[in-house]
Amino acid sequence: MNALPVLLEAQGVAKHFGGVKALRDVSLTIRKGEIYGLIGPNGAGKTTFFNCMTGLYVPDGGGFLFDGLPLKADAPHQAAERGIARTFQNIRLFGNMSALENVMVGRHVRTHAGVFGAVLRDRRTRDEEAAIARRAEELLHYVGIEDRADDLAKNLSYGDQRRLEIARALATEPKLLCLDEPAAGMNGTETEELRVLIEGIRKDGTTILLIEHDVKLVMGLCDRVAVLDYGALIIEDVPAVVQHDPRVIEAYIGVAA
Amino acid sequence: MDILLQQIINGLVQGAIYAMVALGYTMVYGIMGLINFAHGEVVMIGTLVAITVITLLVGAGVPPAMAGACGVVAAAAVCMIIGWSLERVAYRPLRNAQRLAPLITAIGCSIVLQNVAMMVWGRNYMTFPPLIAKTQFEIAGASFTSVQVLILLVASVSMGGLLFLVYRTKLGMAMRATAQNPAVAGLMGVNANRVISSAFVVGSALGAVAGVMVGTYYEIAHYQMGFMLGLKAFTAAVLGGIGNLAGAMAGGLLLGLIEALGAGYIGDLTGGFLGSHYQDIFAFAVLIVVLMFRPSGLFGEKTGDRA
Repeated sequence: MNALPVLLEAQGVAKHFGGVKALRDVSLTIRKGEIYGLIGPNGAGKTTFFNCMTGLYVPDGGGFLFDGLPLKADAPHQAAERGIARTFQNIRLFGNMSALENVMVGRHVRTHAGVFGAVLRDRRTRDEEAAIARRAEELLHYVGIEDRADDLAKNLSYGDQRRLEIARALATEPKLLCLDEPAAGMNGTETEELRVLIEGIRKDGTTILLIEHDVKLVMGLCDRVAVLDYGALIIEDVPAVVQHDPRVIEAYIGVAA
Repeated sequence: MDILLQQIINGLVQGAIYAMVALGYTMVYGIMGLINFAHGEVVMIGTLVAITVITLLVGAGVPPAMAGACGVVAAAAVCMIIGWSLERVAYRPLRNAQRLAPLITAIGCSIVLQNVAMMVWGRNYMTFPPLIAKTQFEIAGASFTSVQVLILLVASVSMGGLLFLVYRTKLGMAMRATAQNPAVAGLMGVNANRVISSAFVVGSALGAVAGVMVGTYYEIAHYQMGFMLGLKAFTAAVLGGIGNLAGAMAGGLLLGLIEALGAGYIGDLTGGFLGSHYQDIFAFAVLIVVLMFRPSGLFGEKTGDRA
């Protein structure tokens, strides 16, 4: 596994909110082709880490190397351009747009026609828009919700909304797909379907960073796992080692009796 | 009875103009929550630019209809540049400031634009050259002119074009996505700055067309004309539900109708005490009533489809 090239390197990332140290000096390394799990108790800083990485927050210290180059803070559309896509713990779709349109927005970062194209309707713009729609349909098919294409996102079932978020993220052609608690609120069958989907995405060449509470899912799916507790990284290793580490058990269950 | 039909026709024409201007307010508000009070001034500059260009061309022997088309293009170009610059220079630096700051800035911009227009075009009323032969038609005792027909036609085409842009193109999709959630749209690679600039540019272009309509309709223009027109259009946008495109269109038409019917009947209603020149009362009464009883407007909902 260590032979794989590095995709993302977090270097001493720190973030405070007032007096609360949400992230303290977090350094970790994600390799190309991995499914990398980030776990930790509620409030450990997992989502804050995601937000710093995707440019929604500016870190107070440290930074990220992505594909060998630094990631610019505070520039979400550039993170997308570089190849980072994410889904949200609390689903954030464009509720009043159709499922298909949600995915089409995701194609934005990989297409180029601008204001003048939109007004002039030249050949290139029309071809590009047609290609966007086609690709979006393919992605809906890929995640298995092609029959809901024309429904407003807010009218989809919970599980389908999660799938739609994944399709939308994939539309940006990410090198790294970050999933923030994708299994939250899912039943056993849905979680199993999700596991199959995530493995398929990895097989198709996308590296995956997974934040998840479902420890069973994480341990079964991930190649390596990092554990955050009170904003600090306590271990980064293969699941078998992480699972039995006393610090991890303590973080989850409290002080060992 | 004939006055009813007559006032409905007049109201629709006036309302179409309000709707075109209201769209400029509502697009910007829908995407970034800012009321661009300088928009009325942008429309005014559109009218004055059109006068200058058309007068020059007509003087040089160009047929009026052709000169009119050139006037519209020139006005749109100038207004687009002004709209883009307003956002870039005045509003973008205040993007994360508290709400009051950009509002005051907008009023400041409006005063600056008025004064610039006064310096360029002078304080006097200017005549808008006629663009097409003004033929009069009659139906059921009500009369309407070719100019009115032209205004309704151009307004319909422009608004249809806008709806196409917003609901059928990639740029429109980016606009709607940004209106619903700017941060998430950014993560999808939508450049929020570019979307916001586009809203200003497109709104200003519509405003320029509206400016030429006002000029053609009233045949007169003045550097202060943007103030009242802007306020009325803003009222129309609020009436329809600010941030909502269909709302701005409906609000504009409705406000035009309310004003025209109000002006037509105010004499009868007050026993001759108030004349039709009090028609402005209706627009602002509507604004007050809407703000009191339905601040989200006719089409507004809390999570409306803003764009």
